[in-house]
Amino acid sequence: MAFRNYILVCGGTACESSRADQIYQNLIEECKAQGVADEVQIVKTGCFGFCEQGPIVKILPEDSFYVKVKPEDAKELVSEHVIKGREVARLLYDKESSRKHAKVEDIKFYQKQFRIVLRNCGFIDPENIDEYIAREGYQALEKALFEMTGEDIIEELKTAGLRGRGGAGFPTWMKWNFSRQAANDTKYVVCNADEGDPGAYMDRSTLEGDPHSVLEAMTICGKTIGANKGFIYIRAEYPLAIHRLEIAMKQAREYGLLGSNILGSGFDFDIEIRLGAGAFVCGEETALLHSIEGHRGMPTPRPPFPAVKGLWGKPTVINNVETWANIPVIITKGGNWFNKIGTADSKGTKVFALTGKIRNSGLVEVPMGTTLREIIYDIGGGIANNKKFKAVQTGGPSGGVITEDDLDTPIDFGSLVRIGSMMGSGGMIVMDEDDCIVDVAKFYLNFTVDESCGKCAPCRIGGKSLCNILEKITIGNGTMKDFETLETIGEAMKKGSLCALGQTAPNPVLSTIKHFKDEYLAHIVDKSCPSGTCKKLVKYTINAEKCIGCTACARKCPVAAITGERKQVHIIDQSVCIKCGVCMETCKFGAVEIH
Amino acid sequence: MAKMTLEELRRLRDKKQNELQKRDIEGKDSRIIIGMGTCGIAAGAKPVLDAFLEVLEEKHIDNVSVTQTGCMGLCYVEPTIEVIVPGMPDVIYGKVDAATARKIVEQHIIGKQLVTDHMFDRPAADIIKKDGGK
Repeated sequence: MAFRNYILVCGGTACESSRADQIYQNLIEECKAQGVADEVQIVKTGCFGFCEQGPIVKILPEDSFYVKVKPEDAKELVSEHVIKGREVARLLYDKESSRKHAKVEDIKFYQKQFRIVLRNCGFIDPENIDEYIAREGYQALEKALFEMTGEDIIEELKTAGLRGRGGAGFPTWMKWNFSRQAANDTKYVVCNADEGDPGAYMDRSTLEGDPHSVLEAMTICGKTIGANKGFIYIRAEYPLAIHRLEIAMKQAREYGLLGSNILGSGFDFDIEIRLGAGAFVCGEETALLHSIEGHRGMPTPRPPFPAVKGLWGKPTVINNVETWANIPVIITKGGNWFNKIGTADSKGTKVFALTGKIRNSGLVEVPMGTTLREIIYDIGGGIANNKKFKAVQTGGPSGGVITEDDLDTPIDFGSLVRIGSMMGSGGMIVMDEDDCIVDVAKFYLNFTVDESCGKCAPCRIGGKSLCNILEKITIGNGTMKDFETLETIGEAMKKGSLCALGQTAPNPVLSTIKHFKDEYLAHIVDKSCPSGTCKKLVKYTINAEKCIGCTACARKCPVAAITGERKQVHIIDQSVCIKCGVCMETCKFGAVEIH
Repeated sequence: MAKMTLEELRRLRDKKQNELQKRDIEGKDSRIIIGMGTCGIAAGAKPVLDAFLEVLEEKHIDNVSVTQTGCMGLCYVEPTIEVIVPGMPDVIYGKVDAATARKIVEQHIIGKQLVTDHMFDRPAADIIKKDGGK
């Protein structure tokens, strides 16, 4: 039977939290009530990526892109769009322009994107294995099991030039090859889904939208290196992703795509989920493996690398979710196809979680070599509220800031390192003129100090010292000596820390010092915070010429710091003032000034 | 479902692929647009839409998307439909019923021949060639 309309409802975490599930239920009810239930297929898909405008509902074949849909809109969508064939203009993304512009391909957000990892997100129902299979799903596994040898597969990955998407960018084929060559009767395959960078949600969305791609890739790896057991290490804070993975694994087992004798090939492979408690350091591979083994998640020095000596001392391939999601496509379409996308040193695409002071925050996938400017301005729509761009932070707490000057750098693993940041897992936080750079550095440092496992001194003590100095600077007690110490400690941590967490923790400080030295000096020498973020450095005063003595500010002040008679100039007592800024908001004459 | 063999997986994929392709708009170069304003619906556009979907499925044609639109303004010859096929002029057909729908698919979409007895309009843009008819 043919359906005449397909309604795709976003089922990602972001949209679910804005009642997308209720929209889905209501649409089903409405289609029943209005007698079109068997003419319309309603599918709950993975994340569309355009989270800023969620919840999102897409109706095909018209390809109408409805945004910010509410559960009560279901009735109108069914009665107007499905039955009468008229788009519900008020819910379309671009209401102003003609009908055409509501099409997905016309939305600027999608124009520059190229989706490999997110190929199925927002299109298939992630809880239905048949839909994955229909989109060339498990075709790569067929090829890997029946047509290719382990060497062929590694050769294909080598041709593709795929590098690990977890942050470091290690060539995937080499990792696999080490494990393959290691002589051992037991080997393991691990998926690192311990995504923990602030603001990053690429892996969660991939697992929620297309869980089978990861299962398929892990099975292919098992066959390549000779492993029969896989683990997905995922944080317990990702309930929806876990739920969908469990469903996917159950369906794959029923179909004989996981378990013993897969597709009659004689190859056995099964996967288990291990829940992490959400420690950031467990994203580090050795710490993650210890956590799976049941020990405390702490890193150990490498070498030996997990590929040779990993889980329970056995050779273990551990890759990040996004890396896994690339693999079935590479096997199906070939390394040469993949190789043509991207730059000389980095092939393929990268998924970024675009957040912060950006107009269209969301999940974007672009070919390597796309510039930051294209991502921020063309896809992201520029800075929210027409503010001025200040910097973009990539690579999470391990990365650095990138300023206006470097926005035209084509992004790949190498170029980001050259401009003082790193690819990381793909978090991209945009800052505007209202953000204080010292405060931002302090935020990231506080995060890494909290998350440091405490095993090695450079990270444990160095991180805390950096934090203390930054605190000192933001309250106006910083000295030039402190400023120099920041760099000394930072460099020492880079050299002396045991794992990447400590080695990269000073990056936000070092890179902000490099690009925004003036702002640090303003805090230290002038004792002022140019953006007005650091409360201790901000001073509110009343301009005697503008004040008419209306008493409005004095009445609003929560700590009674403002004194003055009616029709006389008011004064703020600095020793009492808590710098909440209420007086400034209240004054109708612009008499309250900030310094 | 029991565990599958390689053959069964391939068969399942082929079957599901066809179903899912209808949802995909990429690779669909031709369109049938059905006027479903009040006039169109009253004149029977709905059975026409169903007929198109049925015939396209029957003939295994997957490069054509069927969409609906509002009134095309030719209310006197409803139901009206527009057919857009690359390399052919965009054509508006009127007085279409289920049988005509079948004819349009067979003759216009497959045979690349216009169904002249139901043609009511040809948008001017197609008649005036950009290169002056060279």
